[in-house]
Amino acid sequence: MIEWLKKFLGTPPSSSTAKERLRLVLMTDHLALAPEIIENMKRDLVDVISRYVEVDREKLEIEFEREDRALALMASIPIISVNRPSGGDGEKPAVKERVEDAQTAAVPGSAAPSVNATPGEPPKRRRRKKTSSKPATAH
Amino acid sequence: MHELQPMDAQTPAAAPVKLGRAIVVTSGKGGVGKTTTTANLGTALAKRGARVALVDADVGLRNLDIVMGLESRVKYHVLDVLDEQVTLEEALVPDKHSENLVLLAAAQSREKDDVDTEKMRALVQRLREKFDYVLIDCPAGIEMGFKNAVVGADEAIVVCTPEVSAVRDVDRVVGLLGNRFKPQLIINRLRPQLVRKGKMLSVDDVNAILRLPLLGVIADEPEIIVTTNKGEPLALRDDGTTAAAYHAIAARIAGEDVPAPTVEVKESFFDKLGAMFGGRRA
Repeated sequence: MIEWLKKFLGTPPSSSTAKERLRLVLMTDHLALAPEIIENMKRDLVDVISRYVEVDREKLEIEFEREDRALALMASIPIISVNRPSGGDGEKPAVKERVEDAQTAAVPGSAAPSVNATPGEPPKRRRRKKTSSKPATAH
Repeated sequence: MHELQPMDAQTPAAAPVKLGRAIVVTSGKGGVGKTTTTANLGTALAKRGARVALVDADVGLRNLDIVMGLESRVKYHVLDVLDEQVTLEEALVPDKHSENLVLLAAAQSREKDDVDTEKMRALVQRLREKFDYVLIDCPAGIEMGFKNAVVGADEAIVVCTPEVSAVRDVDRVVGLLGNRFKPQLIINRLRPQLVRKGKMLSVDDVNAILRLPLLGVIADEPEIIVTTNKGEPLALRDDGTTAAAYHAIAARIAGEDVPAPTVEVKESFFDKLGAMFGGRRA
């Protein structure tokens, strides 16, 4: 019965698979063909993060990774120093804590701070930003 | 149908020449039906009374002549003209059916790199002075042949089949064409029954990705193969859905307000039976 139902409801139509694969591959193609967009994004990204922590602009790395059904932006942004928390929000405190090792966590779990600031999560190697919406799930 | 102007006709100095439209038919990927599309659109536009020149820009892989059934009439080719071996007028092959349709064949024994891009631009410009439409059949690929086919054009038609490879390549070609063109899309070789079963990308699927103005949809019909075998473009006919689809595209190119293209699904008995029991779309 289960088998029959499975057969009847079927796997997702292959045209949906085609659509999904095309969507992903074209995103990758477009990014690969637009280096200036990546450069602009790098600059903007650093500008935003620099409002909170001091980062090493020169060592910023960005790459795109194809995951199962999504494209992910992976950014590695070395932090040079972090502002000491002062309780005030948004305001920049005068004292800065100097971080000795400016390298980001190239190795997961190393002591160097990374921009990954999601509370309650184990330190990730890189901050992730999903650039794609959740793909339509097929049944 | 109006008479074709003699090529050496003097244009009155006072009246500026109204230039025809130079449209490149391109796709990136090979085998999607560029040449067949060019032949049929040329035929359909000529049937409407327009003066049409077809240019085969696929140097080294000449084919528009055979699809048009003009292969035995070709004496000179585009490179003979560019190299000034013969005049443009001598190289233009008149069509068998329409007196206002001509073909400029590609050179068969030469290479795409032999074409001088600037000379090609000038050649298309000369044709635009004499014809209402110059349809340029672009070779596959995005190298020199593509550049030479595109250089003289001011409009582009991209031909895409509902396949991932063709869609991806059209996307790339549209990117390469840049802002100078506003490419319009023809979806070719659509198989409505497969679309209905979810086994082929639909017109909407393709255009959700490409987002181009849709000029028309041509179904994958055996009669296209048969007419190509014979060298008599399907658009010569007045009847039949596929011929009508080509005529609708020609009308749309000419600026007529033609209803949006639709593709009928011819449902077989078993399709109907299947639809009655569950309507599976997998």
